[in-house]
Amino acid sequence: MKKTLLVVWLLLGAAAIVAAQSGTVLLNAAGATFPYPIYSKWFDVYHTAYPNTQINYQPIGSGGGIRQLQAGTVDFGGSDGPMSDEQLAQSKFKILHFPTVLGADVPSYNIAGVSGELNFTEKALAGIFLGTITKWNDPELTKANPGVNLPSADIVVVHRSDGSGTTYIWTDFLSKVSDEWKNKIGKGTSVNWPVGLGGKGNEGVSGLVKQTPNAIGYIELVYAAQNGIAFGKVQNAAGKFIKADLASVTAAAAGAAKNMPDDFRISITNAPGATSYPIASFTWLLIPAHIEDAAKRDAIKGFLKWMLTEGQKYNEGLTYAQLPKTVIEKELKAISLVQ
Amino acid sequence: MSATATTIAHEVPPNTGLRAFVRKLRSGDEIAHLIALVFAAGILLITSLLVYELWRTSYLSRTKFGWMFFWTRTWDPVFDNFGAAPFIYGTLVTSAVALVIAVPLGLASAIFLSELAPRKVSDIISFLIDLLAAVPSVIYGLLGIFVVVPLMRTTLGPAIKSVLGFTPLFSGPNYGVGFLTAGIVLAIMVVPFIISVSREVLLTVPREQREAALALGATRWESTWQVVVPWARTGIMGSIFLALARALGETMAVTMVIGNDPKITASLFAPGYTIASVIANEFTEATGDLYLSALIELGLVLFLMTFILNGLARILIVATERGGGRPA
Repeated sequence: MKKTLLVVWLLLGAAAIVAAQSGTVLLNAAGATFPYPIYSKWFDVYHTAYPNTQINYQPIGSGGGIRQLQAGTVDFGGSDGPMSDEQLAQSKFKILHFPTVLGADVPSYNIAGVSGELNFTEKALAGIFLGTITKWNDPELTKANPGVNLPSADIVVVHRSDGSGTTYIWTDFLSKVSDEWKNKIGKGTSVNWPVGLGGKGNEGVSGLVKQTPNAIGYIELVYAAQNGIAFGKVQNAAGKFIKADLASVTAAAAGAAKNMPDDFRISITNAPGATSYPIASFTWLLIPAHIEDAAKRDAIKGFLKWMLTEGQKYNEGLTYAQLPKTVIEKELKAISLVQ
Repeated sequence: MSATATTIAHEVPPNTGLRAFVRKLRSGDEIAHLIALVFAAGILLITSLLVYELWRTSYLSRTKFGWMFFWTRTWDPVFDNFGAAPFIYGTLVTSAVALVIAVPLGLASAIFLSELAPRKVSDIISFLIDLLAAVPSVIYGLLGIFVVVPLMRTTLGPAIKSVLGFTPLFSGPNYGVGFLTAGIVLAIMVVPFIISVSREVLLTVPREQREAALALGATRWESTWQVVVPWARTGIMGSIFLALARALGETMAVTMVIGNDPKITASLFAPGYTIASVIANEFTEATGDLYLSALIELGLVLFLMTFILNGLARILIVATERGGGRPA
């Protein structure tokens, strides 16, 4: 018994020494689930290129990421929504935002006899999700879709039941285009939905939409693209009906980037520009402005630089939109703020 | 629990010397007592720590909403207004539906397995039932989504509606997901517990009881229903409360089929929400302090509900025992 214990201790000691000598920097991170596929790809490729840095990212959700970062249990966090002024004020240390990739939400629907892409005006989406538009042949919908024979069936609304960045983007958009939505419901990772069924995750929402006749729900563009789910066009701020794809999402970011604040906390829903898709958002890495451990600081700065240059090449393979050039340039300058 | 503590105290009087205590320890009996005591105390400790932690971390929500938390029907994370009423309602309704379906089904199966089926068949079937009890709940959730939900929307729901549609319980639109579907899936999940435990209990009923009843001229069914089942009543109730506890706390399977809409609606076709589901759904993305605190208070409420229902169960068992049935 004693011998076994001794052997175990020796092995543990040896492992610790080996780890210390090889000089590997292990970074722990946690946060948003939406960018997890591209993050894990990045961290993997980066580790292969720079074996001394290993990044371990736990996709536990934006809220969890922010809390763990504030508690100091992770080296950096990830979030689908920018931290609020209140949250930043509560943190014991300064936290910087770095946009990494772009995401978008798309409306997916299931109406018997309608196979084409439907056009959704801002008013139509707000009305449907507020419960004021209840039939598929509502004038607001038929007007935008000439030639489509919309049935007089009741609309079944499907939304996310779990707290999610996808919901944050969707409700952020609805808050911008509808005062009623802004005042009654507001934006958040979970909201008090006036109507509808809740599905867990993108798969839950798309599953319910697929199964339920006359249903409409919103899903993440990446998920829709990877699973071949059809979705509709949405009217943007310029009045055009735009289909979400990598180009229109990047265009939205570029349209909004002109007013990019120095801390990168910007909402790009309903962005200006004729080709901008209106329901898009950045997702951010949350980095402490001051990192005591020099090795960790260098590793994080090194990764940020790589992510903004080399890393962006991997985005489109995983159907994430690339950051606009102007944003990348601004971010590269901001890396020096990490001390 | 307290009984164990007092016996130990009696057996080791405080004025006995350390040496005597050590000698007693050597005999093994004391060690067994001590270990049992420590483990039993451990359970008490874990439970009280759990309640303490829930109580402590729900401070913000408790002070802000007070008792109104139980009656408020709103759950609004954006404007920080939280109430538990729809979740308490949903948890109770789904569990009730589950028991209404599972108890007759489970009891009948248990009676068949213990009284009617040949022993070999009974053993094989109970082995399979025990396997069912070990299936992860997410599998039952998937079963719910792919089988029960479509069945409910296209066949079962309309059929129920055509017969009972006039009652408020079965009115309103039928989406396939909702209280009834969640209750059915829960029933499928808890029925193995009822069958398995009830069968074991029925098998322990002495042979003489059956023989005596038959000798008095009772039919097979009369002997089973009027003698064997009442004898095993306490154990059967125990199995039902085990099933209830599982139904109250079930998370994944319920959230996949209930529709996740925090509303109080009389119709069983309507979507609803349960305490366990909302915690699982919203905990990871709960950014506000009050929001998090309200979710934790929901956990406390669920704990309280389980506590109360278990207490009622105990009272019920004591009451039925006093009323006859199994002789003391």
